[in-house]
Amino acid sequence: MLTIKDLHAQVEGKQILKGLNLEIKPGEVHAIMGPNGSGKSTLSQVLAGNDAYEVTGGELTYKDKDLLEMSTEERAREGVFLAFQYPVEIPGVSNLQFMKTAINNIRLHRGLDEMNAAEFMKQAKTKIQQVNLDPSFLKRGVNEGFSGGEKKRNEIMQMLMLEPSLAILDETDSGLDIDALKIVADGVNALRSPDRAVVMVTHYQRLLDYIVPDYVHVLANGQIIKSGGKELALELEEKGYGWLGIADEETA
Amino acid sequence: MSDSDKAVKELIKREYEHGFVTDIESETFEPGLSEDVIRRISAKKNEPSWLLDWRLKAFEVWNSMEEPEWAHVDFPQIDFNDIAYFSAPKSKDDAPKSLDEVDPELLKTYEKLGIPLHERARLAGVAVDAVFDSVSIGVTFKEKLTEAGVIFCPISEAVHSHPELIKKYLGSVVPQRDNFYAALNSAVFSDGSFVFIPKGVRCPLELSTYFRINEANTGQFERTLIVAEAGSHVSYLEGCTAPMRDENQLHAAVVELVILDDAEIKYSTVQNWYPGDENGLGGIYNFVTKRAACIGNNSKVSWTQVETGSAITWKYPSCILRGDNSVGEFYSVALTNNFQQADTGTKMIHLGKNTRSTIIAKGISAGKSDSSYRGLVRIGPGAQNARNFTQCDSLLIGDKCGAHTFPYIESKNKSAVVEHEATTSKVSDDQLFLCQQRGIDTEHAVSMIVNGFCKEVFKELPMEFAVEATKLLEVSLEGCSVG
Repeated sequence: MLTIKDLHAQVEGKQILKGLNLEIKPGEVHAIMGPNGSGKSTLSQVLAGNDAYEVTGGELTYKDKDLLEMSTEERAREGVFLAFQYPVEIPGVSNLQFMKTAINNIRLHRGLDEMNAAEFMKQAKTKIQQVNLDPSFLKRGVNEGFSGGEKKRNEIMQMLMLEPSLAILDETDSGLDIDALKIVADGVNALRSPDRAVVMVTHYQRLLDYIVPDYVHVLANGQIIKSGGKELALELEEKGYGWLGIADEETA
Repeated sequence: MSDSDKAVKELIKREYEHGFVTDIESETFEPGLSEDVIRRISAKKNEPSWLLDWRLKAFEVWNSMEEPEWAHVDFPQIDFNDIAYFSAPKSKDDAPKSLDEVDPELLKTYEKLGIPLHERARLAGVAVDAVFDSVSIGVTFKEKLTEAGVIFCPISEAVHSHPELIKKYLGSVVPQRDNFYAALNSAVFSDGSFVFIPKGVRCPLELSTYFRINEANTGQFERTLIVAEAGSHVSYLEGCTAPMRDENQLHAAVVELVILDDAEIKYSTVQNWYPGDENGLGGIYNFVTKRAACIGNNSKVSWTQVETGSAITWKYPSCILRGDNSVGEFYSVALTNNFQQADTGTKMIHLGKNTRSTIIAKGISAGKSDSSYRGLVRIGPGAQNARNFTQCDSLLIGDKCGAHTFPYIESKNKSAVVEHEATTSKVSDDQLFLCQQRGIDTEHAVSMIVNGFCKEVFKELPMEFAVEATKLLEVSLEGCSVG
């Protein structure tokens, strides 16, 4: 589904990714772990196509297409979804209107008719309840006045609505209490299927108790320095990043 | 240049959609302004001598006035002798008696604009007066309105059919000497609509006037007068467009609203005069005086405006809240792009007890444009318990535009409460990225964000207008750089 080859990227002139390699197949869940400043978020932003990040080398192949040739919205329409670490507010634009516009833009790209209004409402109501938010949130402005946890759950609601092929979760677990974490995990697990892949970027191991990954990668200084199964996360939890000879700016 | 910036720049630029010219034989005065021109306008309209005298008095006043320079707009001096003050489609000797007799070219023009005048293809539930250059070319639904006792006709006709009403109310809210452009309008006004809603009547239809400038080098000086007698109610809509021309054209209108006890007027405007091209060439100078006098107790006026057109907008729809418990509202969206300049806002003059006013003004600036909110809230000594709430929000798109707020507050009564809130924000890269990441292209994203920003105002517009306004914003924002 996604092949990352020798990816180099910089932001504001600072080199962050320095030759990252990764192979993700359909049906797989990958966790990318690493200390702050290792390049985790940069990887998410680059995959989604944020033009504040400049790719200076390497290849990104998604479903046999060159991802770097695709605009942000094209990538989204082709099934790439990013759950933001810090979701922004769009005042006055309701969640409903936002999702409807998104879904119909994506459908148009895929040669489908606009989603029928009743069907759309039904789905929206189901999905918002799935993340344990009151349906009244659908009528509120996108993230407008939402608490941190509500914003994260709203991201998962959007993911469930858009049913992406490749879901990238950028520190979705940060700032969540245990109940919210479970809700988010349930949402992601509901989406898991043989034709979809999930990339979870996280600093901590605890999310992985609820979304069990197939692979865990440790990112440090812009490269993946170690890969393994889910047990690697536990080992990291126990021994800390120092075990791999890398400094963690933040003591977990 | 960022990708989103490029994407926006690459958008296909749709031309100003109402920029066509109707090829029709017109009778247009030579450019120039003099007492003689005013006499000729008056004669053309067969006006009674009292009205001619009224015009001449206004002209005298205007001659003694200086052009105002306090607005935050910049444009070359206007040569008032370069403008033609009257232009009318050449009809047969007599004016058309019904729409069936109107020149088909004219009807086509309005159809092209989406305003079908033929009642067969009428807008459901909306009576329309169409003003083409200096004359009204017809009003729809006359019979239905007459049945209800509502008068809705060209003001030039009302001068003859209801002289007592015109004499009583013309200039009663905006006197001839009010300001430079109002004085000019009083001297040379050509046509416009007159509305009279009798006591206790709720107007059965929305009333609408559609203004169209067609002739080159012609100014449009329409005058609208609406009188709502005690306990009556009317909703009035106004729309404006003009052809694309390289020269600037002057539009100096006056709107007067008179509202008696327990009556209500809701006045909505979608102003889409030609804004000039992307280099700032051409466009309409829109210098307008709009004022409502809430004379009666418990009277209410609500101004809602969506201003997307014109090279320069200079406009402050105001409310004089004289009656006790009277209410004034002002909801405004002013969008400027390219080299457009807008200096717009409102005046709320609280004179009666328990008078209340609300101001919600949204300014959106894109391109190299400049948008200013200018508002006055004045609480008179007798305005016991007056209340005002003002909210001014500015949204910037890109980094070459400007937004300014000039609020003036004067309170002479200690019991008054005046609140003012102001914010300035930018369409942020993060917001755009979120939208794009959900599959929404930049153009849609910008218009969605802007529409969200304007929501509080749009919900005040009648349904058909709200749809039009949303579309207008989209078109007006095309080609603007997000940066």
